[in-house]
Amino acid sequence: MIWINQILQGILLGGYYALIAAGLSFLFGVMRVINLAHGSLAVLAAFLLLVIDHWLGISPFVGLLLMLPAMALVGVVFQLGVLERSLRGGVLIPLLATFGVSLLLDNILFALFGANTRSFASHIGTLSYGSWAINRSIDISQLDALIFATALGLLGGMHLLLTRSQLGRMIRATAIDADAAALSGIDPRRVRVAAAAMAMMMVGIAGAALGMRSSFEPYAGGAQLIYAFEAVVIGGTGSLWGTLIGGIVLGIAQNVGATINPHLSQISGHVVFLLVLVLRMRGAGGLLGDLRRKIRRQPMAPT
Amino acid sequence: MLEARALCKQFGSLTVIDQVDFRLGADEAVGIVGPNGAGKTTLLNLLSGAMQPSAGQISYRDADIKDHDAAARCRLGIGRSHQVPRPFIGMTVFENVLVAAQQGGNAHGPDAYQRGVDALQACCMLERANRRAETLGLLDRKRLELARALATKPDILLLDEIGGGLTDGEAEELVQIIQQLRKRGIAIVWIEHIVHILVQVVDRLICMDAGRIIADGLPAVVLADKAVMSAYLGGGAI
Repeated sequence: MIWINQILQGILLGGYYALIAAGLSFLFGVMRVINLAHGSLAVLAAFLLLVIDHWLGISPFVGLLLMLPAMALVGVVFQLGVLERSLRGGVLIPLLATFGVSLLLDNILFALFGANTRSFASHIGTLSYGSWAINRSIDISQLDALIFATALGLLGGMHLLLTRSQLGRMIRATAIDADAAALSGIDPRRVRVAAAAMAMMMVGIAGAALGMRSSFEPYAGGAQLIYAFEAVVIGGTGSLWGTLIGGIVLGIAQNVGATINPHLSQISGHVVFLLVLVLRMRGAGGLLGDLRRKIRRQPMAPT
Repeated sequence: MLEARALCKQFGSLTVIDQVDFRLGADEAVGIVGPNGAGKTTLLNLLSGAMQPSAGQISYRDADIKDHDAAARCRLGIGRSHQVPRPFIGMTVFENVLVAAQQGGNAHGPDAYQRGVDALQACCMLERANRRAETLGLLDRKRLELARALATKPDILLLDEIGGGLTDGEAEELVQIIQQLRKRGIAIVWIEHIVHILVQVVDRLICMDAGRIIADGLPAVVLADKAVMSAYLGGGAI
């Protein structure tokens, strides 16, 4: 029964990873940019929510109504000031630029808020520790269930937006071929600004979830970026539903590893990520290619 | 309707378009021929806004459009197809034309859907409306390219070697579609290497060589021109 519980907890944890990875995956899908500032932006969102709650004395759930538009604005500034300019410089420049933004954000947050860890656990009442007992061995955390449901709702909503709405078709057309989109009357620059704003709102929701389920401090972004990146790679880059699957696989791997030995929690997630990465490598030298050749019993082509 | 004056395009020290004057009247169909590297596609890129000229003027209905980008020119009524079709893969055929009707054609609600249907019908693609674009063969991709440009409700269509890679029979099917578009009053600028299908449609033929226009006039006259035969038809080698 302990294994069933750990797998169930892993699935719920995967909801959080999917939530934190959704913005990264969406931005990559639209602009082919790996945003290395993603984790730091999630932490920025958490601190924004903290400031709003502190100033107005409102629940973090109500504070989201102010924080999310602020994050959309951050997305617009981030797109126009960093991504749009760096995209013209090839593949490497956006990586360097977003890495620079990440360093800048981390240190600004440190200067403003210090090194103390913060959390919204005390702001959300019994939700932070409440659970439903399924039986003696299995409990489901109410907060984890809420985060998982939020991830499902967010990804489902994004799926509907991308497939059913005018803006969604514009985003998909721009992602596929920005030049051809422009010749169909779409302004790719405006579409990318809208996509960045949406991605930052997703990051905002993830930042709120981070602050509710655990603690955060100005330098917490690096770890969040790694979890998000691993979930995106495991699930398939640029695929929103793949991101959910990637998050769940990562969550299960961490929980199963922790059951074997508590020290194996993080490392087992990284091992699964690396295995998927190796399996995804294609071509003559890739493990996947070798396996396929063995299955088909075909000799390797001479090089 | 569309006019370019002293148009130049340089890539570093290489001049690809050199002092080109071009004029297209309403309802007119102009063909452009020339050897590879003559600057034909670059000229189309400059007219469609896909590239910005190094020098010169471009006007549409007497308004300067040189600084308009491709999307803005599309919304003004200048549609364009590519030499190698570039459908939005992952989207259905209908979604491809719908997005063009909504954005390029500024149509909304049921009007956009109806315009998408009309564009597909005009290009004989209606029965493939729900297929994903990546499943189409070359002829259907070219038809979709044409339908997507048509959905933007253009006054001018810029066609870049739309007959390339097709059999004579398939190219003839496209000719019939383009002739129907002409009857709707759409002006056409058509780059094509398959001259015998081009002359079925165009009123006027332009021959380019080394970034310059070397002949401009009635198709029969241009094709008989000695400079054209030498530059394009290999007259010097015969």
